[in-house]
Amino acid sequence: MIKVENLNCIYGEGLPSEKQALFDISLEIPDGRICAVIGHTGSGKSTLIQHFNALLRPTSGKIYIDGLDITDKKTKLNDIRKKVGLVFQYPEYQLFEETVYRDIAFGPKNSGLSESEIDRRVRRAAELLEIREGLLKKSPFELSGGQKRRVAIAGVLATEPSVLILDEPTAGLDPKGRERILSIIGSLHREHPQMIIIFVSHSMEDVAKTAEDIIVLDHGRVYMHGSVDEVFADSSRLLETGLDIPEMSKLVLALKKSGVDINTDIYTPDAAYNRIKRILTENGG
Amino acid sequence: MLETVNLRFEFRDEDLETGEITSDEVLHGISLKIEKGSFVAVLGHNGSGKSTLAKHFNAILTPTSGEVLVGGINTRDKKRLFDIRKSCGMVFQNPDNQIVAAIVEDEIAFAPENLGVEPHIIRQRVDSSLKAVGMYEDIHSETANLSGGQKQRVAIAGVLAMSPSCIVLDEPTAMLDPKGRREVLKIINHLNKSKKMTVVLITHFMDEAAMADRTIVIDEGKILLDGTPKEVFSHIDTLDGIGLDVPGVTRLIHRLRADGFSLPPDIITTDEAAGAILRLLKKDTQK
Ligand SMILES: Nc1ncnc2c1ncn2[C@@H]1O[C@H](COP(=O)(O)OP(=O)(O)O)[C@@H](O)[C@H]1O
Ligand SMILES: Nc1ncnc2c1ncn2[C@@H]1O[C@H](COP(=O)(O)OP(=O)(O)O)[C@@H](O)[C@H]1O
Ligand SMILES: [Mg+2]
Ligand SMILES: [Mg+2]
Repeated sequence: MIKVENLNCIYGEGLPSEKQALFDISLEIPDGRICAVIGHTGSGKSTLIQHFNALLRPTSGKIYIDGLDITDKKTKLNDIRKKVGLVFQYPEYQLFEETVYRDIAFGPKNSGLSESEIDRRVRRAAELLEIREGLLKKSPFELSGGQKRRVAIAGVLATEPSVLILDEPTAGLDPKGRERILSIIGSLHREHPQMIIIFVSHSMEDVAKTAEDIIVLDHGRVYMHGSVDEVFADSSRLLETGLDIPEMSKLVLALKKSGVDINTDIYTPDAAYNRIKRILTENGG
Repeated sequence: MLETVNLRFEFRDEDLETGEITSDEVLHGISLKIEKGSFVAVLGHNGSGKSTLAKHFNAILTPTSGEVLVGGINTRDKKRLFDIRKSCGMVFQNPDNQIVAAIVEDEIAFAPENLGVEPHIIRQRVDSSLKAVGMYEDIHSETANLSGGQKQRVAIAGVLAMSPSCIVLDEPTAMLDPKGRREVLKIINHLNKSKKMTVVLITHFMDEAAMADRTIVIDEGKILLDGTPKEVFSHIDTLDGIGLDVPGVTRLIHRLRADGFSLPPDIITTDEAAGAILRLLKKDTQK
């Protein structure tokens, strides 16, 4: 479980450029959840998640992961990084080893595991990220953008964290590439049912398809936090802050506004299809 | 305005050790005409050849065989390169890779200066281009401090400063957040509708393709579909077959039609879908 208590983050405290990025954030994420973080650019999404693996230290406040106080100066960074894996935005730009295999092995190597254990983890992570055996010997630079991104994610997964965080994992990919990453997130969830998976996204369709919970940040504050059902059922609140909503929510809101009796908790294509079909049938269409 | 005649293109690679030359044809005979003032969206998944095609429209690449004409000028005519670049500008995906100057104003003045345009005309062009993309207030800003959407608007202004009649944008919104995307789309629409510029927009977003007059789907270096967005998106099975999306409402209405509901086959926006469903309901209550 991740527990955040009164987290504040001020960049450049005391400098003229001082900027508070997070304001008094308190929240809990239970084990085994897939949680999406959404919000405008600059709302604090990256800042928040970089606190979860102690890449950033809070200006004030506490963060506990599985009971471990990661904000305590005495807690070893290594212990935190073993628990929490963070995949940066556009991580493919950070591949640097000679082969795909070595790139994936980089993380586990650093945690001083045996050769055979490293090998097992690399192969397991590659399998989960749908990276073919034949690619492992190649240079990362020979791969397509989508493949590189999966290699970068495999590298973090190979450290076998209990919390996996992905900053905008589908950004810049084509629909097939996005679909692939999302389905991989789904299968990681089934493989590791206890693992917390947190991902940042601007695509409401991705969130509707993949997440269970949503944290909405606005100007450094938690604006909404709940299950996907709860947050999207209140999609007019998302619109109020200028955020997007799923395409099906737009349709449902438009129908409701014109007097159709339809609940706003419908946001997936299947739910919309079933409900609208019923409405049309009941009205003799 | 833009025309390709049986355009084929292959990338050639030379193995440095063996000297062996390998070639890979990625465009297999593309013929199309893009009318002046039209707004054309190009869809297709990664590797289908969209960027390669786009680079032919301002002579970054020239055909291996076949012809490309930009405003009537054949892109093989090396002496007319400047004229081609002046009449058809390009904007790329990554906002960070295409801005060279530290200050917005210098970025816009860069290309016309290189072409030897007179200083007072450059002044006018810088001002009017920045106004056209809503970035005039940032004329003295540092480019590094701009958001992704702002950078893309500056990149578009840089193209406008050449006063081209055509602009080709290669996934200009792929790396932007929804707000940046909306800003850029508004500008693109305005350039087409008010300034009558020819727009070619390569995109993965169905709602962007739906804005265009015409949508072309490229698959494996060939034109697979070409028509109005409504025509193209009605080929759901073909698009599914190559793993491309269609708008969610198009798919929804398609499923309802398959169940026998008499809804129109060419719905591509949420407003149209809501309207069609409401009409069906109203009609029923009148019975
Ligand atoms: N290293 C930094 N130094 C100063 N300010 C920063 C830094 N990183 C982010 N910020 C500021 O903090 C706020 C939140 O940024 P960020 O967490 O990156 O937001 P998001 O990921 O939601 O786009 C923004 O106003 C941003 O400008
Ligand atoms: N510089 C290059 N050298 C060799 N092959 C290339 C080069 N650039 C692109 N290709 C290949 O050409 C094909 C089409 O690529 P591209 O036009 O970039 O597609 P798209 O923009 O639709 O993703 C792909 O198979 C790609 O690998
Ligand atoms: Mg961020
Ligand atoms: Mg491309």
